[in-house]
Amino acid sequence: MSSKQADSAPAVRRRSAAGWALLGSELGVLFRRWRTWAMLAALAAVPVLIGLAVRLTSEDIEPGDGPPFLDRVTQNGLFIALTGTVVSIPLFLPLTVSVAAGDTIAGEANLGTLRYLLAAPAGRIRLLAVKYAAAVAFCIAAALTLVAAGMLVGVVLFPVGPVTLLSGDTIGVGESVLRLLLVAAYVSLSLAGLAAIGLFISTLTEVPVGAMAATAVLAVVAQILGALPQLDWLHPWLFTEHWVGFADLIRQPISWDSFGANALLQGGYIAVFCALAGSRFATKDVLA
Amino acid sequence: MSGASEEPAIETRGLTKRFGRQAAVDNIDLAVPRGAVFGFLGPNGSGKTTTIRVMLGLAGATAGSVRVLGEEMPARLREVLPRVGALVEGPAFYPFLSGADNLRRFDTADRHAPTRTRRARVADALERVGLSHAAGKKVRAYSLGMKQRLGIANALLMPRDLLVLDEPTNGLDPQGTREVRHLVRSLAAEGTTVFVSSHLLAEVEQICTHAAIMSAGRLVAQGTLESMRRSGRARMKLTTPDPADAGRVLRGLGLGLEGDGEQLTAPLVDGLLPEQIVAALVAEGVRVRGFAVENSTLEERFVALTGEGFDVVQ
Repeated sequence: MSSKQADSAPAVRRRSAAGWALLGSELGVLFRRWRTWAMLAALAAVPVLIGLAVRLTSEDIEPGDGPPFLDRVTQNGLFIALTGTVVSIPLFLPLTVSVAAGDTIAGEANLGTLRYLLAAPAGRIRLLAVKYAAAVAFCIAAALTLVAAGMLVGVVLFPVGPVTLLSGDTIGVGESVLRLLLVAAYVSLSLAGLAAIGLFISTLTEVPVGAMAATAVLAVVAQILGALPQLDWLHPWLFTEHWVGFADLIRQPISWDSFGANALLQGGYIAVFCALAGSRFATKDVLA
Repeated sequence: MSGASEEPAIETRGLTKRFGRQAAVDNIDLAVPRGAVFGFLGPNGSGKTTTIRVMLGLAGATAGSVRVLGEEMPARLREVLPRVGALVEGPAFYPFLSGADNLRRFDTADRHAPTRTRRARVADALERVGLSHAAGKKVRAYSLGMKQRLGIANALLMPRDLLVLDEPTNGLDPQGTREVRHLVRSLAAEGTTVFVSSHLLAEVEQICTHAAIMSAGRLVAQGTLESMRRSGRARMKLTTPDPADAGRVLRGLGLGLEGDGEQLTAPLVDGLLPEQIVAALVAEGVRVRGFAVENSTLEERFVALTGEGFDVVQ
């Protein structure tokens, strides 16, 4: 038997490097969907609405009124990007990320395309990695869209100049833009943990809407728990704990503390939920 | 290579798949020879698609083993599946992508498929199923038959050693059905083993060299099409103006009579040749106007084995 197997070794096929084409295809599918662009457009509409509302009302905004940084918008349009990000963080951003992440596996199962990807064979862990990478790409696109739209609206509707930071220091426009991109990076990182949770939930079901809703609900519940002082002990473990902590990035000098803490927390969530998704998906019967 | 080609293209041993308490596939030993066009028959719900899913590593077996192209599945899935083209439980595509884009998408999933030749291979596959004209059309706008063709094109993106086609002619018009038949024959002529699951017996009879029949999760028959037809009892058909005398003679020979009037039929029994029957009839003075031996059709065999016809097995 063993000798027979030795000479029955299958004809070895040439293998194309690491198969990056699948990631390219995944990103292509994600960003060719009408739904993806609708979500990004809705995110971009947030700073546009804020800008228009502030521009069209002549009333002065008292410091402390409205969402953070709103009172500064009339003096410096770049603050719209911050205001837009702050108001989108609790619900709007997590909602769009839940849609993208909840759809990853469940969406393919629902279409029936999952069985053809696996029969190709895509490789289960490879497919999961590609799916997660695409979900993170969406997180980055979402955060960048918000910040970029905010900057654009600010430039169009308001004066733009050196920015006075929370610490009282002033930085130039160039550095302000860099700081805003840092904020986008911070927000993307915050959402990457949620995307991992969404990926895992997506491996549990063949109903994408269910996975999306469950992911969004978790994001909201975590924030509610985070608002209850009685649950102090739990707060450091909530993935939403540092979501609004990006104000540190607009101090002079930059305080990296919350960035570091957030990276550690999100890294933990990513590791745990990607591992759960992997162990679940590796042995799952694909019957859809 | 020579050693490998002697092993069956697909071989299952005691393959069982349970969902909860119900065994969808119950202890089946399937053997699909290399180069065969193998018809996998059975009523709806008899476990055909579940067997295919386990064969392709989409679902895990509860017990037993599967070897595909001489390799253990699913342990050697990454080596085996690039050599297997599959259409499983109907076609499935991204409705918002064009036909060609859908094929490119699935092609990128196979890391053995060279990027350089992707466009050409997709165009060839579309050409082969007659979909070149609709390559740029969104799949949302495809008819069922067009989706079915696209599904077959997906199985043909790379040269394959084995094709697994689950109900390949579902939703196709007669013209499309003929084309699929032609396609399967030409692929088989190139040396590809083709495993076709179907409930259309006439179709299987036309294109297959081998067949297996599933019923309620069990494999109730398999072999070459010839042997399947033969193992179904052949029948004699007698036309005579003397049915009463003829009936007496035939019963005396141990034949179970069916039919009445001038047409008598009976399943043949072993050890009794047709010419002996005729001789016995003539010796008893029965006037024989016509005598024929008919082999059973695959359909008769199928109904005999599965009993309930195409009803869903509970």
